[in-house]
Amino acid sequence: MFDVEVIRKDFPILSRQVHGVPLVYLDSANTSQKPQVVLDSLTDYYTRHNANVARAVHTLGSEATMLFEGARDKVARFINAPRRDEVIFTKNSSEALNLVAYTLSNATTTPGAERFRVGPGDNIVVTEMEHHSNIVPWQLLAQRTGAEFRYIPIDDEGRLVESLIDERVDERTKVLAFVHQSNALGTVNNVEGLVTRAKAVGALTVIDASQSAPHRPLDVQSLGADFVAFTGHKLYGPTGVGVLWGRYELLADLPPFLGGGEMIETVDMSGTTFAAPPHRFEAGTPMIAEAVGLGTAIDYLTAIGMDQVQTHEAQLTAYALDALAQVPALRVIGPSTPVDRGATISFTIKGIHPHDVSQLLDEQGIAVRAGHHCARPVCLRYGIPATTRASFGIYTTTSEIDTLVAGVIKVQEMFS
Amino acid sequence: MSVNMDSMYQQIILDHYKHPNHRGELADFDAEVHHVNPTCGDEVTLRIRVADGEIADLGWTGEGCSISQASTSVMSDLVVGSSVTDALQLQEKFLQLMQSQGHNDLAEDETEALEDAIAFEGVSKYPARVKCALLGWMAMKSAVASATGAGDKP
Ligand SMILES: Cc1ncc(COP(=O)(O)O)c(C=O)c1O
Repeated sequence: MFDVEVIRKDFPILSRQVHGVPLVYLDSANTSQKPQVVLDSLTDYYTRHNANVARAVHTLGSEATMLFEGARDKVARFINAPRRDEVIFTKNSSEALNLVAYTLSNATTTPGAERFRVGPGDNIVVTEMEHHSNIVPWQLLAQRTGAEFRYIPIDDEGRLVESLIDERVDERTKVLAFVHQSNALGTVNNVEGLVTRAKAVGALTVIDASQSAPHRPLDVQSLGADFVAFTGHKLYGPTGVGVLWGRYELLADLPPFLGGGEMIETVDMSGTTFAAPPHRFEAGTPMIAEAVGLGTAIDYLTAIGMDQVQTHEAQLTAYALDALAQVPALRVIGPSTPVDRGATISFTIKGIHPHDVSQLLDEQGIAVRAGHHCARPVCLRYGIPATTRASFGIYTTTSEIDTLVAGVIKVQEMFS
Repeated sequence: MSVNMDSMYQQIILDHYKHPNHRGELADFDAEVHHVNPTCGDEVTLRIRVADGEIADLGWTGEGCSISQASTSVMSDLVVGSSVTDALQLQEKFLQLMQSQGHNDLAEDETEALEDAIAFEGVSKYPARVKCALLGWMAMKSAVASATGAGDKP
């Protein structure tokens, strides 16, 4: 049985006060809070098992290696990956997406990687609702290779203009990269439609699942994409660890991203051969403790059940959309109905700047984010400088949403 | 809602935001500047007229968060009619206040000289908002520089 009050007790930070009132944390899309078990696993790792991985033959070294590789197994099961060696640890989503973009341009000069080549006449497609992390690496790849950078626009409700997908994704498209759930709008994209089109034209697909992995069951096999990226700190895990999942047959043929220790097979002064995936893409000492912590977060979520998490958050979303619709002069930026949308709600209030709204909410103990949420094109699309964004997680309650609504009304009274 | 005492949003700030002073375009001016604060997207366009070493008049237009708009209004009240030297000194003091991280270390007479601008002291605790409070003051400083530097009218 999903009981939010029981879950809240697992998160020590939720019982603190700010400005003399209880914290109402509505910024989980930015980063989630961490349950006690995750904090304990970090302490336990450093207190009892700390050593470098894959190099030390002593007891601590093998314990650390087993814990680190055990975390990889947990991630693989969590996303239903066909193989554990398809899971690459990165420092966050941004690095995971850059890893794909850089290995693709490295492929330009790698014998045997011809099928990955991107060049003049080719194009790379993203959507207008992407986080900068899924825009900039592709703009840079386009610059390095001479390919064209394109995007699929969004409509007034914050949904992709599906009628333009076939035009933007064409025979010369090499990569289609898109967000599963938008961090600025809450929109959940129709993965199947996008992947089907990309497959039909032979393009690689990259899904940014940063905002979906924490909120719904994620199954890379049913998503059908070639690469899926997400970040640990939004998934109730520590900062400093992220994941790139990729199809093995692609990873096996891709050249490295960064060079260094652990990513090699043999090195001599005339050249180097590279380790098999995933180690080929993990140069240097990895984020061992953080990966272990992420594994613990995944155990924690699995015990609750991701379908339970999804149901809880769907209820919160419907509740919040209804409640916010009652506030005069408040405009939701993004889908106004709970269909195909996640528990992240951006809004503007007539006559009051989002930075004032969020600062005044903070004075009432309510943590929300204000700004362009690293998705500036979304703000440009709607002609606004910024939005205020409330985002929910497993520990969010409907009474916190009531507090938010009351808080917003107070802010309006101050400015009236 | 009554404003709590340690709120960044003192009543003076809200009042200036709702009823800004010296807002509007000057027809007769010596310099015009346009300043932007990328964090909040605040903007201010400021025109200034300088005569006999005094800020004879100042007018501004802009949009953005309440802190930036109210601060520009307060600044205008303080500097219009004062000597350029005094205005620039006041700007220095305000900058120092904003860099104080919530610990005003100005002398008592310096604090008094800032009049209503002292209401922004609380902003200095929020690094992300300091730029908002400084926007109008920085614009005034560069407008004065261009009005007095080149000396010729645009
Ligand atoms: C949709 C989306 N993509 C990518 C990122 C980047 O994540 P990170 O900063 O952990 O790399 C974020 C989070 O900020 C996000 O919301």
